Amino acid sequence: MKEIRIHARAGQGAITTAALIGFSYFKEGKYPYAFPHFGAARMGAPMNAFLRVDSKPVRLRSQVYEPNFVIVVDPTLMRGYNCFSGLKDDGIAVVNGKDDLEMPKLKAGQKVLVVPANEIALKTIGKPLANTTLIGAFAAASGELKLDTILEVVKLRFSGKVQEGNIEAVKQGFEFVKNLK
Amino acid sequence: MKQFLEGSRVVAEIVKLCKPGVISAYPITPQTHIVEELAKMVADGELVSQFINVESEHSAASVVLGAVATGVRVFTATSSQGLLLMGEVIFNISGMRMPVVLTCANRAISAPINIWNDQQDSMALRDSGWIQIYAENNQEAADFHLIAYRIAEDKSVMLPVMVCMDGFILTHGMEAIDMPEQGQVDKFLPPYNPLYKLDPAEPISMGLLADPGYYMETRYAIQETLEQTLKLIPKVAGEFSSVFGRDYKDCLVEEYKTKDAEKVIVAMGSVCGTVKEVVDGLREKGKKVGLLKIITFRPFPYTRVFEALKNIPKVAVLEKAVSLGAYAPLAVELRACFFNKKKSPKVISSFVAGLGGRDITEQSIKEIFKKLNTKEIALEFIDLKPELIKDEYGE
Repeated sequence: MKEIRIHARAGQGAITTAALIGFSYFKEGKYPYAFPHFGAARMGAPMNAFLRVDSKPVRLRSQVYEPNFVIVVDPTLMRGYNCFSGLKDDGIAVVNGKDDLEMPKLKAGQKVLVVPANEIALKTIGKPLANTTLIGAFAAASGELKLDTILEVVKLRFSGKVQEGNIEAVKQGFEFVKNLK
Repeated sequence: MKQFLEGSRVVAEIVKLCKPGVISAYPITPQTHIVEELAKMVADGELVSQFINVESEHSAASVVLGAVATGVRVFTATSSQGLLLMGEVIFNISGMRMPVVLTCANRAISAPINIWNDQQDSMALRDSGWIQIYAENNQEAADFHLIAYRIAEDKSVMLPVMVCMDGFILTHGMEAIDMPEQGQVDKFLPPYNPLYKLDPAEPISMGLLADPGYYMETRYAIQETLEQTLKLIPKVAGEFSSVFGRDYKDCLVEEYKTKDAEKVIVAMGSVCGTVKEVVDGLREKGKKVGLLKIITFRPFPYTRVFEALKNIPKVAVLEKAVSLGAYAPLAVELRACFFNKKKSPKVISSFVAGLGGRDITEQSIKEIFKKLNTKEIALEFIDLKPELIKDEYGE
């Protein structure tokens, strides 16, 4: 079983992110369970979306405390909160941010990848909606999902110009991480 | 066909397949997505039904009561304060023997206001004459709605059914489910054919005054029907299995690794999944533990529970509800079930957890198994924060 924790603010699309990743796992024959946890029930409040995935149906219904993967949609959340708490010793974090983003010290086996997802999203979608870029980056960083599966899922979710932009965002997020390696 | 869907969407899709003629609801978190989806289906012409927008849950319940009395299948859904506001009508619906099906997206009760999951809302209405079924996952949530309509509309029952599913954990949880086909649903669930209905051509009155000469028999009749329903539910679950291929056994309880168990947790709803995970983990370490999941809470399946637990030495009742000033509701049933019986667990300890959405972790479950020893615990709250309950204004 693998566990993913997404950190975002309500309204930034963390649930959509979890849904798209979950649907991609589902397309690849796995059993995902994606669910949100809201803090204060209003836009802008810190919230989490979680994803648990296994080769058999997931029964565990608690929140995720020791994730294999962390995705930080909004890096301002890192100011007052440890987004990496419980991250597995060989865990991978994908953070939306710029090169100069200050990072806490992590364990030797842990990996943090800073992806300029807002910039990529502005170029591809025209709005700073980082989610699809981060999904592409997550796929490349984790090796968990095929790029083609994600593109298929994004095509089903969006249409028209928004679809084109998001497909490009996924690809660029994926490529950005591939080029880091 | 397997689909990856949000729990609320799953319920909406299933309700669509049941073809209700009238749907009425007032939005409340975490139930809102269910009726939003249904409203969209009606607006898009996917579902031929009257979706009646109302100004409160009291009106929503009144609308479905009036509609079902005219002989049409109905649906509504709510949570928490919404269910409480429906309260008066809830008793009228069962008292008038109307087969309403309602989804309760379980949520905590105010005050203080709290939008998160526990089961205090449906528990508050446990004595209303409604049948209550609790789902562990979204597949069960889907399937139990089909079973609910069949039972509610059975002429030997004619009582409403509340399908309870944990708010957020299930309503907002996305997972793979096997969505039934319309043909299967039509085969399992025939159109609603009422015994009596409001019809201007043949006028009758319903819900009239019953003076002391009549009232008690109405309550006796519901009590007797509910006892009989315990025999019907397994029959309907059997038919369900033959049409859809998913076997809920008697659909009253689920016994999970209880046969040789020394310690068993009794629970309802989504937390049962977490308990199963812990049970499997402890079994690997050689611990003889198990779970008894209560599916049907009303009518309460005393005989089945007795049979399932009579040889288990230690039983812990885990619930997301309280009966303030008394033992917790599910624990009361378990203790009543074994009162004065020759065969009985030595210990029936009671634990309340997860109120107001406090997360019930694997650790919480392990702690309950650990606390389940020779000394019976009358009532204990799990995962309390002592620092929040110190006496700030005292001496």
